[in-house]
Amino acid sequence: MAMLEVKDLNVYYGMIQAIKGISFEVNQGEVIALIGANGAGKTTTLHAVTGLTPVKSGHIFFEGKDITKVPAHKIVSMGMAHVPEGRRVFAQLSVYQNLKMGAYTRKDKDEIRQTLDMVYEHFPRLEERKNQMAGTLSGGEQQMLAMGRALMSHPKIILMDEPSMGLSPIFVNEIFEIIKKVSAAGTTVLLVEQNAKKALSIADRAYVLETGKIILQGDADKLLNDESVKKAYLGE
Amino acid sequence: MSFISYLINGISLGSVYAIIALGYTMVYGIAKMLNFAHGDIIMVGGYAAFISMNSLGVNPILAVILSVVICTILGLVIERVAYRPLRNASSPLAVLITAIGVSYLLQNLALLMFGADTKSFTSVVTVPAVVLAGGKLTISGETIVTVLACMIIMIGLTLFINKTKAGQAMLAVSEDRGAAQLMGINVNGTIALTFAIGSALAAIAAVLLCSAYPSLTPYTGAMPGIKAFVAAVFGGIGSIPGALIGGILLGIIEILGKAYISSQMADAIVFGVLIVVLLVKPSGLLGKQIQEKV
Repeated sequence: MAMLEVKDLNVYYGMIQAIKGISFEVNQGEVIALIGANGAGKTTTLHAVTGLTPVKSGHIFFEGKDITKVPAHKIVSMGMAHVPEGRRVFAQLSVYQNLKMGAYTRKDKDEIRQTLDMVYEHFPRLEERKNQMAGTLSGGEQQMLAMGRALMSHPKIILMDEPSMGLSPIFVNEIFEIIKKVSAAGTTVLLVEQNAKKALSIADRAYVLETGKIILQGDADKLLNDESVKKAYLGE
Repeated sequence: MSFISYLINGISLGSVYAIIALGYTMVYGIAKMLNFAHGDIIMVGGYAAFISMNSLGVNPILAVILSVVICTILGLVIERVAYRPLRNASSPLAVLITAIGVSYLLQNLALLMFGADTKSFTSVVTVPAVVLAGGKLTISGETIVTVLACMIIMIGLTLFINKTKAGQAMLAVSEDRGAAQLMGINVNGTIALTFAIGSALAAIAAVLLCSAYPSLTPYTGAMPGIKAFVAAVFGGIGSIPGALIGGILLGIIEILGKAYISSQMADAIVFGVLIVVLLVKPSGLLGKQIQEKV
């Protein structure tokens, strides 16, 4: 059974259909990439999965449970974390307070402490700046903070929306290295990216979205060598 | 000596404004709306305490508690029925206009239920006045209780926001509702809690205000409500210490203006000060300068 299964999903913004009956699945331990151009529906798909956007029809199953109608704030304690597009850290709070906010639904102080140590291990820069206001961090550091904050909920699966957006190439590489590490540590990853080449290079499988539909799917290394993907998304 | 006496009166009135302004500023900071019915909740709190004492014959302490309970419930009901359905409305004006409507609704309901005549409120304060400087300076019991209440509320609220989970949730919701949801924070619940706290504070302000100025009509809450709103903007809307400083400064300006310039002009002076502050520092005294990093 797939860890996350999306079935015949339809999402509308008013009269406009943003997602047109897509289905996909993510198995435990996988890194899955959703790639596609701007406006293809990648972010909407993630928002539908975590309950930020209402679903018109179709179903979302997480560990066999139908979560289609579960409100956003109840998703995280089920083991699903979402790193939103544009990072959305709490700018007026310190790095440490942001990370604490990520563990909002958890109770055990010792376990939270352990996760915090693990996050600081992934992102030593966050520990150096733990008392700094999040709004004063650079874009790359804010991305690290947003990922660290999501990891603080100790998720089984982490959904990442455009983690490389607006970052310098050095930071992009660093972020992707960390995604690999997070995956290696046992967390399942669903990655939405415009940077298709990078995403495919670390993913196991991928789905290609175009105007709200999945037009291609398969093993990431196969897609990386697919002529139509190369032409449309890899700029070759 | 009379200057010191005016100053103390100003601090006392300002403390009431500060308690009301806290409700405005918290609701604005967290729900991102101006609750123009907030002043009328004060009026309801005044009637609740008045009826408890005069018709039900309960003791003043119990009357205050009843007033707090009734206002809290009223605040929750207004939020649920009138404001929550408009939370995702396309225009933020929708909820603002609704708030003005709720304000008139409460005033007219009070007019219908209690009549237009002025009720004379019996002070709930039993603390005796303090006489200082050989009888030249008298500080009333109401003043002492009001200033103490304001200080306790400020300290309590600051601790609540910084030390409790619900307080942290308020901080998160005030910054980014969507991100707060992703942390597992129930945004609707957090906003409802904010309304509950703001309305409970309005009830306390009502009892203190009516004890110091004992005339109660359906319009009693309107002017203090507007002035507390001015105080909140003055101090920097959204900021809790700003509400305290804005409220107390406004009270002092109003009383000193009445004493030394003109009692008819006092309100004009208060609003004039607001205009000057906004011209010089649009975000208010302690308002946050919003800086967004891309």
